[in-house]
Amino acid sequence: MMRKFLPAAFAAAFLAAGALSPLRAEEPATFEISIKDHKFNPETIEVPANKEIKLVVKNLDETAEEFESYELNREKIIAGGGQGIFYLDALKPGTYPFFGDFNQATAKGKLIAK
Amino acid sequence: MLATLIIVFREVIEAALVLSIVAAATKGVAGRGRWLVIGVVGGLVGATLVAAFAGTIANALEGSGQEIFNASVLFVAVLMLGWHNVWMNSHGRELAAEMKAVGHDVAVGTRPLYAVATVVGVAVLREGSEVVLFLYGIASGGVGASGLLIGGLIGVVAGAALGFALYFGLLNLSTRKLFAVTSWLILLLAAGMAAQGANFLVQANILPSLGHAIWDTSWLLTEQNIFGQLLHTLIGYTARPSGIQLIFYVGTLALIGGAMKLYGGAPAKPSRAPHPAE
Repeated sequence: MMRKFLPAAFAAAFLAAGALSPLRAEEPATFEISIKDHKFNPETIEVPANKEIKLVVKNLDETAEEFESYELNREKIIAGGGQGIFYLDALKPGTYPFFGDFNQATAKGKLIAK
Repeated sequence: MLATLIIVFREVIEAALVLSIVAAATKGVAGRGRWLVIGVVGGLVGATLVAAFAGTIANALEGSGQEIFNASVLFVAVLMLGWHNVWMNSHGRELAAEMKAVGHDVAVGTRPLYAVATVVGVAVLREGSEVVLFLYGIASGGVGASGLLIGGLIGVVAGAALGFALYFGLLNLSTRKLFAVTSWLILLLAAGMAAQGANFLVQANILPSLGHAIWDTSWLLTEQNIFGQLLHTLIGYTARPSGIQLIFYVGTLALIGGAMKLYGGAPAKPSRAPHPAE
């Protein structure tokens, strides 16, 4: 039974992945946050709910920061002077906190989907 | 200093837990110490390199370099863990019998120890590069940095201590139980890593998320809390899993578990496992 199941599972997984691959014809609306002195600017950012968005996080500090959010299911190291791009799925209305993992005392912010 | 300690500790425990599980799983195999050391040292060298080139990696592949890199190393680890488990399942019985018979380490040259070294190396590489970047940031902060660095060092030691605790805890098990328990731990570890890898591919905009959060158990346990993080590392616990994470998690369990069943032959039956090429 397992012998039959495995190839079938593989095939199903690939088909599912193929059929559901994101075909993003247009670039979603872009929102930008910067990091300076280990703080986010702005610390609260409003975005439209139920719409895909693109979030650009620019690190203006010299040291690296890890942008992290459990609620958004994202984590990414952003090198000093670098930027990170996040494509976010349509969000339900609500508040999504994020933080800088390397500077948790100061780097705190939230994204509000309305 | 305490904040630094905790951040470093949390990075270190992930690698420490992986190391302790595979170390326990390879108990009694001649030459495994050398391979584990190769894994750790290779991982540390790699971590430093990854940290040094963090910006370059992040900017590669249209800004998705970091995600693709992370996903790749995670999938390599999943393959190696799977291969190790399948191999163990087909040879574990003879191995255990032999160990019992001779009462000491057995020299099994065909044991896929490189797989174990790779898994350890990859775990140290991923978590280590974050620690290096974090501590580098502190060190370049100048005044007051030494206290923070000491916090970081204590964090490393504490993380390692937790790894040792798990390792010696596992060693208390009988050989037969040890194989069974580590087999399960490795299977769940692999499934969790696969789900994490899938999430990086979602973040890179390569895979669809198939649902942002299929369920939300953050009211019960978040990964922010140390216990939640331990479960995240050990069994891939995620408070808000996306659809694709669930597919990768269950798919990995099914594939590795299925392969283990397939090649796990009953004791009387001759093993159907292919003999490793070397």
